[in-house]
Amino acid sequence: MQFKLTEERQMLQDGLRRYLADSTDHEKIAAATDGATGLDHALWDGLAEMGLPGAMFTEDQGGFGGEGFDIMTVAEELGRAGLPTPLIDSALLSGTVLAETRPELTQDLVAGKIVGFAHAEPGARYDLAHVATRAEKTAEGWTLTGNKAIVQFALAADGFVVSARTSGATDAKEGISLFLVPHEHVTLRDYPLNGGGRAAEMTLDATLPEDALLGEAGAAYALIETAHARAIAGQCAEALGLMETIKDLTVDYLRQRRQFGQPIGKFQALQHRMADVLIEIEQARSAVINLCGNLDTPERDLHVSAAKNLIGRVARQVVEESIQMHGGIGMTMEYALGHFAKRLSMVDHRFGDADTHLERFIHLSQSAA
Amino acid sequence: MNLGYTEEQKAFRDEVRAFLNDNLPKRLSDKVAGGKRLTKADYEEWHAILNARGWLGVNWPTQYGGTGWDAVQRHIFEEETTAAHAPRIVPFGVAMLGPVLMAFGSDAQKAHYLPRILNGEDWWCQGYSEPGAGSDLANVQTTAVRDGDDYIVNGQKTWTTLGQHADWIFCLVRTSKEGKRQEGISFLLIDMKTPGIEVRPIVLIDGEPEVNEVWFKDVRVPAANLVGEENKGWTYAKYLLTHERTNIAGVGFARAGLASLKRIAGSQSHNGKPLIQNPFFAAKVAQVEIDLMAMATTNLRTIAAAASGQAPGAESSMLKVKGTVIRQQINALAKQAVGPYAAPFVSELLDEGTNVDPVGPAEAMPATQAYFNNRKLSIYGGSNEVQRAIISKAILEL
Repeated sequence: MQFKLTEERQMLQDGLRRYLADSTDHEKIAAATDGATGLDHALWDGLAEMGLPGAMFTEDQGGFGGEGFDIMTVAEELGRAGLPTPLIDSALLSGTVLAETRPELTQDLVAGKIVGFAHAEPGARYDLAHVATRAEKTAEGWTLTGNKAIVQFALAADGFVVSARTSGATDAKEGISLFLVPHEHVTLRDYPLNGGGRAAEMTLDATLPEDALLGEAGAAYALIETAHARAIAGQCAEALGLMETIKDLTVDYLRQRRQFGQPIGKFQALQHRMADVLIEIEQARSAVINLCGNLDTPERDLHVSAAKNLIGRVARQVVEESIQMHGGIGMTMEYALGHFAKRLSMVDHRFGDADTHLERFIHLSQSAA
Repeated sequence: MNLGYTEEQKAFRDEVRAFLNDNLPKRLSDKVAGGKRLTKADYEEWHAILNARGWLGVNWPTQYGGTGWDAVQRHIFEEETTAAHAPRIVPFGVAMLGPVLMAFGSDAQKAHYLPRILNGEDWWCQGYSEPGAGSDLANVQTTAVRDGDDYIVNGQKTWTTLGQHADWIFCLVRTSKEGKRQEGISFLLIDMKTPGIEVRPIVLIDGEPEVNEVWFKDVRVPAANLVGEENKGWTYAKYLLTHERTNIAGVGFARAGLASLKRIAGSQSHNGKPLIQNPFFAAKVAQVEIDLMAMATTNLRTIAAAASGQAPGAESSMLKVKGTVIRQQINALAKQAVGPYAAPFVSELLDEGTNVDPVGPAEAMPATQAYFNNRKLSIYGGSNEVQRAIISKAILEL
C-alpha cells in the first residue's frame, strides 16, 4: 500500500507541468477555441513528443504506460492547465477500440494522429446502448446512415471510430458495431464548447469498404464500455486537476482581496466554506485513485460510477463556491477563474452525470449482493 | 501507487483475524453488534485478553510493553477489530495518557503508571473540558495552588467520559494567571479517591450516563503527580490531542454502520417491498457509501504518509470532519429506516440477557440511540468548526 508515483510517472508529471505552464494559459486556450479546429496544433504536437498519448498505451501497443495511474498522471496535468485536448477521444476512446481491433494503427495515435470518437447520438443522453445509426451490409462493403452528437475535436481529426447498429432495437446492447470512417465521409456542423475546444454534430451517409468494420459485427458493446471506463478515468483526473487550479486561484484571492479593511480570507464564513471545498477535493482525489487502481479489476464499473458520481457532485460545489468567493471578478471572462470553472462544470455533462452514475452504482451493487 | 496490502501486511491481517476468531468472546461481540450497554467489567475483560497477547498498547513502542506496530498495522488492527464487533479499547489511559507520559513523564511516573494502564489496575479518565472551556480549551479555570509538597486543586471539569468508572484523572489545571493563557496551564495526575472530589453522571440524549461532571474542592494532590514542568501543560495537551486524532476517520465504525444500515433497510418494508429497493432511500445509502469509499482511501493516504514518517497536519482535521459527517449520515439513515419504531425507548432492552421483549424490530432502538449518541462526533475532539478553522489556517496562512 503506497500512494507515491513511480519515478517515471513523477518525471512525466513534472515535465508536463513545466511544459504546460510555459506553453499555455487561459487566453491562448480561448484563442484556440475561436480558431479553426479548436486545437492549438503546435502545442498538441509538442505534447505528443513528450509522450502524452504514448502514456495511454502499453509497450505492446507501442506506448510506454497504459495503466490507470498513467491516465491519472497525464490527465490531471491537462486539467491543471485547463487545456482541452483530444486525449480522451483519440487516445482513450478510439485508442482503446483500435488497440483491440487494429493494433497496427496505435503507433499513429502514439505519434499524435487524432482519431475522433463518434458514438453518442442526439436523444441518447447518457445511454451507451442507444445507437440509432444504421450500418447495412452491401455487396461492396457497408453503408452508414445516421447522426452523431457532440463529436469532440471533429475538425482536428483525420478519421473517426463510429458506432452503428447492424441489428437489434435502438436501445439494445446487442447489435452494435464499430467502424473506422475517414474524415471525408462525414458531414460536420462545427461549434465551440462551453468548456473550451470545439465539437461537431455529425451526419453520416457513407459507403465504406468491407474492412471498415472494427472487430466482430454486432458485438461491440463491451468494448465501448471498456473504452468509456478509461475515458471516465481520464475525465475524472482532468476534473481533479481543474479543481486543484481553481483551489489555488481561490486561496490566493482570499489572501489578497481586501474588504472592510482586511483580507476576505479572515472572515470565518469564507474560511469554513473554503475548508469544506478542500475536504471535498481530497475526496475527489481518493475517488480518482480508487478508479485508476481498479481499471483492470472486476470492481471496475462500481468504481467508475462511484468516481463519476462523486466528481460530479464535488465539481459543482467547487465551481459554485469558487465563483461565489471570488465575487464579481469570478463572473468575468477576463479573469482565469471563469474559464476553469466553466470547463469543470461541463464534466457532469459527458459520460453520465452524478445521478446517472448513482443509479448505476445502486444497480451494480444490488446485483452484486 | 498501490492500493493493496503487501504480503507481510496480509499475513499480519490474517494473524489478527485468527486471534479475534479464537479470543474475542462471543458474549462481547454479540453485545457490541446488538448495540447493548457495555459494563466496566466488559471493557476490563477485553483489555485483559488483548494485554495477555501483548496487543493492548496498540500505539506504544515495545520498550514500554506496547506492540511497536507502524501506522498501517495499527490501521489493520482497527479495521479487523471493528469488523469483528470487538469492544473498543478505552482510549484515556492507552491512547491518550500513555504517549504523554512516555514523552514528558519522569522515569518514576513511567515506571509506576504505564504498567498499571496495561494490566488494568488503573482506569483513567480525561479532565480537559470545563463549563467555560470547551472548544476554547485554553480557558481552563480549575486552579492548582502550590502548598508545600502538594497542590490544592479547586474547580470543575465536565464531559468526563466514563469518569464514573475511573480510578485516576489526568487534568489540565491553571497554575499561573500571568502572561498568555496557554502559558499558565499544567498537566496533573489526580487519584479519584482523594477527598474533595465529587462525580455526578450526566444523562445524554441517548439515555445513557456516558459522561460526568467532576468537582474538586480543596483537593490535595502530591506535587510529584505533576507531569513535566509547571506551566508547560498546554504543550503536553496538544501532544495528546494529536494522539487522540489517530484513527479519527473512524472508517471501521462507518463500515460496520453501513453494513448494519443495509441489513435494516433490507428487512424493513416500504409499500410492500424492501426499503432498500425504494429509489429515494437507495440513493441516499449509495451516496454515503460512495463518500465512504473515497474517505477510506483518503484515510489510507494519510496512514501511508504517516508510516513513511510524515507528521499529520491539517489532514487529520479533514478526516475528522468528513469521517464524522459520514458516520452521522449513516446513523441518520438507520434511524430513518426503522420508521415509527424509532419512537419507543425501553432502557432495559440495552442490558445483556434482558427478558424484556423488544418493542418492534430488535434493531430499532439501538439504531435510534446510536443516532442520538453520535451527534457527539462532530462536537468532541475539537468540534468540526474548530477543525475547519485549523484547515483554513493551515492553507490560507492568514
